Amino acid sequence: MDMATSTPEIVFRTEGVTKVYDTGEVKVFALAGVDLQLYAGELTVLLGPSGSGKSTLLNILGGLDHATEGRVWFRDTELTKMKDRGLTRFRRDHVGFIFQFYNLVASLSARENVALVTDIAPNAMTPDEALEIVGLKHRMEHFPAELSGGEQQRVAIARAIAKRPEVLLCDEPTGALDSKTGVQVLEALDRINKDFGTSTVVITHAAEIRKMAHRVIRFQDGKIASVEVNETRLHPHEIDW
Amino acid sequence: MRALEKKLFRDFFRLWAQGLAIALVLACGVSIFLMSFGMFDALSNTRDAYYERNRFADVFATLRRAPKSLEPEIAGIEGVLAVETRVTGNAILDLPGKLASAVGQFISLPIAGEPRLNLPLLRSGRLPNPDNSGEVMVNEPFAEANGYVPGDIFHANLNGQKRPLTITGTALTPEYIYTIGPGDMMPDNEGFGIIWMPEPALAAAFDMAGSFNDVGLLLTRGANVENVIDALDALLDPYGAQGAHDRTLQQSNAFIDGELKQLKSMAYVLPPVFFGITVFLVNMVIGRIVALERSEIGLMKALGYSNIEVSLHYIYLAGLIALVGIGAGFAVGTWLSRGLAVLYANFFNFPYLIFSVSPNMYVLSGGLGLVTAMLGAIRSAMAAARLAPAIAMSPPAPPNYTLSLFDRLLALFRLTQPTMMILRNIMRWPLRAGLTALGIALAVAVLIAASFFEDSLDEMIDTSFYKSNRQDAMLILNSEMPENVIEEIRRLPGVLQVEGVQFHGAVLKNGHLQKRVAIEGRPEFADLSRIVGKDGRVVAAPRNGILLSKRLAGQLEVQSGELVTVEFLSGLRETHEIPVAGIITSYIGLAAYMEVGALDTLMRRAPRIGMANLSLDAARKDDFHAAVKELPGLAGTVMLGDTLESFQETIQQNITISTIIYMTIAVLITVGVTYNSARIQLSERARDLASLRILGFSKAEVSYILIGETALLALVAQPLGWLLGFGLAAAMVTGFESDLYSIPLVLNRDTFAWSSVVVLITAAVSALLVRRRLDNLNLIQVMKTRE
Repeated sequence: MDMATSTPEIVFRTEGVTKVYDTGEVKVFALAGVDLQLYAGELTVLLGPSGSGKSTLLNILGGLDHATEGRVWFRDTELTKMKDRGLTRFRRDHVGFIFQFYNLVASLSARENVALVTDIAPNAMTPDEALEIVGLKHRMEHFPAELSGGEQQRVAIARAIAKRPEVLLCDEPTGALDSKTGVQVLEALDRINKDFGTSTVVITHAAEIRKMAHRVIRFQDGKIASVEVNETRLHPHEIDW
Repeated sequence: MRALEKKLFRDFFRLWAQGLAIALVLACGVSIFLMSFGMFDALSNTRDAYYERNRFADVFATLRRAPKSLEPEIAGIEGVLAVETRVTGNAILDLPGKLASAVGQFISLPIAGEPRLNLPLLRSGRLPNPDNSGEVMVNEPFAEANGYVPGDIFHANLNGQKRPLTITGTALTPEYIYTIGPGDMMPDNEGFGIIWMPEPALAAAFDMAGSFNDVGLLLTRGANVENVIDALDALLDPYGAQGAHDRTLQQSNAFIDGELKQLKSMAYVLPPVFFGITVFLVNMVIGRIVALERSEIGLMKALGYSNIEVSLHYIYLAGLIALVGIGAGFAVGTWLSRGLAVLYANFFNFPYLIFSVSPNMYVLSGGLGLVTAMLGAIRSAMAAARLAPAIAMSPPAPPNYTLSLFDRLLALFRLTQPTMMILRNIMRWPLRAGLTALGIALAVAVLIAASFFEDSLDEMIDTSFYKSNRQDAMLILNSEMPENVIEEIRRLPGVLQVEGVQFHGAVLKNGHLQKRVAIEGRPEFADLSRIVGKDGRVVAAPRNGILLSKRLAGQLEVQSGELVTVEFLSGLRETHEIPVAGIITSYIGLAAYMEVGALDTLMRRAPRIGMANLSLDAARKDDFHAAVKELPGLAGTVMLGDTLESFQETIQQNITISTIIYMTIAVLITVGVTYNSARIQLSERARDLASLRILGFSKAEVSYILIGETALLALVAQPLGWLLGFGLAAAMVTGFESDLYSIPLVLNRDTFAWSSVVVLITAAVSALLVRRRLDNLNLIQVMKTRE
């Protein structure tokens, strides 16, 4: 996909999004007016120091959190107008999440963890298909305790993509992994982005990972500090951190 | 305060809801322990003191008539410390302003000095003047129930002569702590009084001058009661004695024995159940806290706290919960004891009742409560002590699930993943799941055991009153009279139908087993007082043989068709071998029946009766009462309608109280178990549930996983609860069974359903309280932290 020449379709749009944590004594501005557009099929990396607001933005985009001020659209739907029930529906139908800690259900096998999603999502793949995409079909019947960290995170990815989400939101997906295992996880994300055209947002502390993105957005003090477009992208296996 | 102590108190306040749920269960155990043991002590100590001070006799005998000169011989029996011979008898009383007659149990007072045994305790006024044949002393409850004070006058029909009697004082006696009139089922202080009269006057009235018909013995310490009874029987045999007996057959004493037995069985059965549930709950909650505070434990140890300090920290937490429970238990136990004291005051006539529960009982029950809670905490506290600091500060290994046969089985049912999560969790902690279900089942059982009573009593009343005793009144004769007295009674105003019956004291024997009972002789096809068989059908009184109640046959181990040895204590005092003609249902007394004519034949005499059953014309009851007051030779009257009414009233009151108490207990158990179980589920699963919410599961779907396990266990607990309830009810029926009465075990479907509904609703409310916390689940926070 050539982002520079075609008119890209907008997936997420935010206008002056602000998030204030009011602890009673002090007000902390986690987000201080963010205007942003994310495009269909794009892989975006969010960079920035701790507390710069990138996770807060990701949570608001994913319908996990409410903005204090400002507006957020998913395509033509305004998320900021939705109530809890609507946001649940939105997450269920459109969003895939991946976290630093894999958050698999310990009492369910790899296949069953994926089935958690495929049971409730319309138009989902089978758990087997999803696990095949992340290269774990042979480990399907294993429980989380029997899988390595990288394998667990790939199960989490399979669980996130099994519903064929339009967007994949990843908060430090490699944060708990060594670089070799991390590469396997990034490769899975890259392949999904390429093969299914899933818009993907990745938050990371590892600046090298920016090299695989279409666009890199840097955060500082709750604001966007810079946006850069990668002319050439690297494959995950070319990245070392 | 040290930091660790601050943490202790903060943890305690943070856990207040769970702690309270446990404390209330513990409070049940402590309060019931306190009440039942405390009351047992109070009742038995008071009784012992009363018996001792007022010289309650050890051996009792009644006879027809013996000369006073026999007294030295009785005193000479080895082991006898003191002898008291008296004249006693029953008479009909005509109370001023009362339509119905009352019954008086007359007891003679010696002319000089006080009685040697069964000393009445003067409560008001003075003793009657021995020279004044018109003065009497009455028992205090009778005076109070009728509003009498010294100086008041009532009439008694003494040996055919209606005489005015002046009350000089009121008294209480150890012989009548439980005061029940002839033929009555419940104490009726208004209609039954104990009347003390100077001996010369009473002997004259009953034609007993120079004689006695009642004897009491006080024995020396260590005397052989059996031998004394045998010697006394031998002495009194020629004088129409009914056979001597010890305190166990003394009616008032037997009732108190029964009450003490009930208190003791309550004390031994119920508190351990509550203490057991407390151990389980404390273990579950403290275990979870230790798991959650794993890294804090590591930190504390890294900072230099010793293993003992760390484990004591968790034991103290359990101790604080226990203190709340013990405090509540003390308060409720004291309050329950007071309530029971009021109940006893209504039921028993003690001059003084030491109802203060001894401090020892508080120390003991409080100590048990503390030990219970600490026992529950010890396992987790030890686990905390064992954790090595380095390991404690690293995350725990994830719970290890593997595919088992059970999983392959589940796969066949194609269950949804949430259902799989519920089932796997139960399989992973089978003991915890089992104990949770057991706790809920116990709540169901307690409710069944409390509520079956009403149905049982309905059955008892239906059998005893509507099927069996259909007469309106019973006239008890002073002594047996020729059968033609029936014609005389039939001529009384308002009488529609009369049936004569007779009673004979007898000892039934089968091998080494024996039982002293009253054999009732009835007309073969009696219509007013019928005998009901085991299948509920009316049975004819047998001409050849004897009918035994199920309990009596059971005690003697005889079957229908076998021979039983009958030693009559009245009439010719002969012994006969009589075949058991059948086994019948009877809940009151140890019944034995024969056809009245067959009894007369056995005794080789003309037909006689000792009591008449009557049916009355309701419109002429007033005339009937008036006529009875004038009737000579009557020992008592019983109006069955009144008996039934007072029986139902007393029982209903008791049932209402006990139902409320047991319902509270069941609700507390259910709340304690389900609330804690759901809270632990929430704590363990917060992360899973938050994950699912993020994946797009709705609150309802996530609630299903949270509440599903508790709901499933609550449902599984129902049949188990029914089974336990059945067992508990059967045990209670056995526990309450005495020679005086038995309670049928009647368990209706309604009882099971009602018990389950109460427990399930309580469980649902407890689980929903926990579910509300799901609304405040912080999805982002949970995801950000590593467990």
